[in-house]
Amino acid sequence: MNSPAPYLHWGFILISLPNLVLIAVMVALFIAALIVPFPHGAGHRGRDDDD
Amino acid sequence: MTETGGAGTPPSPPADGVAGTPVAEAEGGWTAAVRGRLTSRLSVDELLPARQPAYVGSWVYVFGVVTIAALVWVVASGCVLALMGSAWWHTSSLGHFFNSIHFWSVQMFFIFMVLHLWGQYWGAGWRDGRAKTWMVGVVIFLFSIVTAFTGYLVQQNFDSQWIAVNAKDAVNSTGLGGFFNVLNFGQMYGLHVMLLPIGVTLLVVLHILQVRSRGVVRPIGDPYVPEATAGGVTAEAGR
Repeated sequence: MNSPAPYLHWGFILISLPNLVLIAVMVALFIAALIVPFPHGAGHRGRDDDD
Repeated sequence: MTETGGAGTPPSPPADGVAGTPVAEAEGGWTAAVRGRLTSRLSVDELLPARQPAYVGSWVYVFGVVTIAALVWVVASGCVLALMGSAWWHTSSLGHFFNSIHFWSVQMFFIFMVLHLWGQYWGAGWRDGRAKTWMVGVVIFLFSIVTAFTGYLVQQNFDSQWIAVNAKDAVNSTGLGGFFNVLNFGQMYGLHVMLLPIGVTLLVVLHILQVRSRGVVRPIGDPYVPEATAGGVTAEAGR
């Protein structure tokens, strides 16, 4: 934990591995939020969900 | 304390009023004007939603409220840390625990705020008179970055000193170094535990009220056209 993170370098892109993993997880989470069905079904009016 | 009807000027009593006795509050003055203006945008009855449109049934709309939940944890754990002090959060097991709660809830706050930002960006959440809501969200994002940065500076360890020394040149290069001095612990601590959190919290409250006053934006391409927007111009566009 106290050692520097490994860095990945492609051309002008320089990013640490933890940051790259985090971005990948966020993108995966965002795509999952778009395609995973919401409980109680979409198109059902009158739910108590917040935005 | 008796409310007054104007800025420093009490309302005139009715002609048949008796000096020294309470009189009925006249519906006028700046307080009534402010109340009327606020309730015209969002009445108290509609403050908390009981129903949402069908298109809100998506996980994308959960990101915003998860961000708020993370903020609650950030503020709550931050209050404990401020109460106990750095010697506690660096040396005791419970202090380490609350320190970690504070750190990881901040990570969750930023992760879900960015996911919320993505959802609103690709959904064009600023449509139909919601530009101010979008702009307040942008300001919250910027305030949050500064708040988190000052948090890194006030950890009271070698890490925070290293960050402060390295950031000094960067902040100086922006021209702000004369006022925003990252090596001034008292200034950074005051900003981090009071001014910036209050700013972020108030802006988040404003952001939520803005969302509640207009409702969640309709999806792009939704064929439904509400009556108020008939003619191609929304009734709220000028507000």
